[in-house]
Amino acid sequence: MYTEKVMEHFKHPRHLKEMKDPDAVGTVGNPTCGDMMHVYIKVGKKDGKEIIEDISVQTFGCVAAISTSDVVCDLAKGKTMEDAKKISKEDIIKELGTLPHQKIHCSVLAQDGLNKAIEKYENKNK
Amino acid sequence: MKCYLDNGATTKVDQEVVKAMLPYMEETYGNASSLHKFGQDAKATLEESRETIAKAIKAQPEEIIFTSGGTESDNLALKGIAFANKDKGRHIITTKIEHHAVTKTCKFLENDGFKVTYLDVDKEGFIDLDQLKKAITKETILVSVIHANNEVGTIQDIEKIGKICKDHNIYFHTDAVQSFTKTIIDVEKQNITLASLSAHKIHGPKGIGALYIKKGTKIKKIMDGGSQENKLRAGTENIPGIVGFAKAVEIANQENFKNMQMLRDYFIEKVEKEIPETNLNGSKKQRLCNNINITFKYIEGEALLIKLDDKGIAVSTGSACSSKELRPSHVLIAMGIPPSVAHGSIRFTLSKYTTKEELDYTINYLKEAVKELRDMSPLWRK
Ligand SMILES: Cc1ncc(COP(=O)(O)O)c(C=O)c1O
Ligand code: FES
Repeated sequence: MYTEKVMEHFKHPRHLKEMKDPDAVGTVGNPTCGDMMHVYIKVGKKDGKEIIEDISVQTFGCVAAISTSDVVCDLAKGKTMEDAKKISKEDIIKELGTLPHQKIHCSVLAQDGLNKAIEKYENKNK
Repeated sequence: MKCYLDNGATTKVDQEVVKAMLPYMEETYGNASSLHKFGQDAKATLEESRETIAKAIKAQPEEIIFTSGGTESDNLALKGIAFANKDKGRHIITTKIEHHAVTKTCKFLENDGFKVTYLDVDKEGFIDLDQLKKAITKETILVSVIHANNEVGTIQDIEKIGKICKDHNIYFHTDAVQSFTKTIIDVEKQNITLASLSAHKIHGPKGIGALYIKKGTKIKKIMDGGSQENKLRAGTENIPGIVGFAKAVEIANQENFKNMQMLRDYFIEKVEKEIPETNLNGSKKQRLCNNINITFKYIEGEALLIKLDDKGIAVSTGSACSSKELRPSHVLIAMGIPPSVAHGSIRFTLSKYTTKEELDYTINYLKEAVKELRDMSPLWRK
């Protein structure tokens, strides 16, 4: 059902943990099946631009939800806020090879969580 | 290690069953409707097998109709009774915790102009007999209640249900696919009109089952063709399957069930002791001897299932994420279990082959997997 890449991220996730003192937390729930994600970010500066210095996620959800949470962290880490916002569900799925059709919404959740965290940070620091 | 704990889905075919079936593919392969010796030998075996199945539920051989399995038996029972009795009434009573083979058949009948009442269940999965009595109207032609539920193992008091149906002169069907051989089915004493049975849940082959139909019941066939099975089920009889089914029934053994029950209780107790924040779904007392259904709070079932699978342990889950419709199990929801709790539900179903070592191995990895997933969950310790 799942690709090897999905299983690899599921079995050995590197970013699925709580973060102490994050700069912002994006909390999203999945209206389809009732799952939940908390996306934590720490913001730093590089060449005068704000970047995602560190990111982690906590997920209550299926294999695809956990895998996509891990991937979104890989993709966002070190990116400028602007570039991180551009990460799409297609980018996430591409990293994993493919996802079963009924699991696409899990990747949207990871993307939403990241955007929510960024939005929270930007609102706080306006 | 490999631990197959999904015997509610299907079981390993017993070696004895395989051995009994082989000659009916290689030697006695005749069509039971043929007049020559090849056919008549097959026919004799067919009738012997019918007798074995009948005896196991205290029925007469001619009251057993072979089908392709539990699904077809449920379809034949519900549609067959509905179509044959619609002049008497168009109301059917069933429950909210039936297998899809019954639920979806009821939906089909609703689209066809029948009215269906779905009885509630309490938090352990039992129907309320008073609600059943109140639901009966002059229009009611059939009551269909699952004997032992396939997800949570709750065993209904079918004797009392049968009595109510008898008192009201209504046909009573029970889906006994999970309970067959594991609990007592006595169609006389329990006033059962129709009972669905299936071979592959009891170490028999897949694709073969039976429907018990009490003598004198008004029922219509649902498939057109030859006049096999008392003109109720067209199609050349699956003799190897039927022989295997009968052998599986013959070797079903009370000792095995006692042993499963012991292992079941051992597992439940150990999980409750060693893993925090779990709860057993279903009834503690009136429970199928091989069914364990436990919720591990704050995590999702599919993720846990896949983690266990990675260690060679096969289970199933009622989580929304694991269903194509992304809805949690209708059985757990009917029992009033909140969707978030249904989410972390795992079903372990044992067989006569299950050992204590396998269960210890499973609990060991279960502990590890639950902890790993909880450490990733935003809901844990919050
Ligand atoms: C309670 C119940 N009814 C019906 C069925 C369907 O039986 P079969 O697989 O033989 O069609 C099953 C098995 O999945 C079951 O557990
Ligand atoms: S989180 Fe529910 S399907 Fe993926």
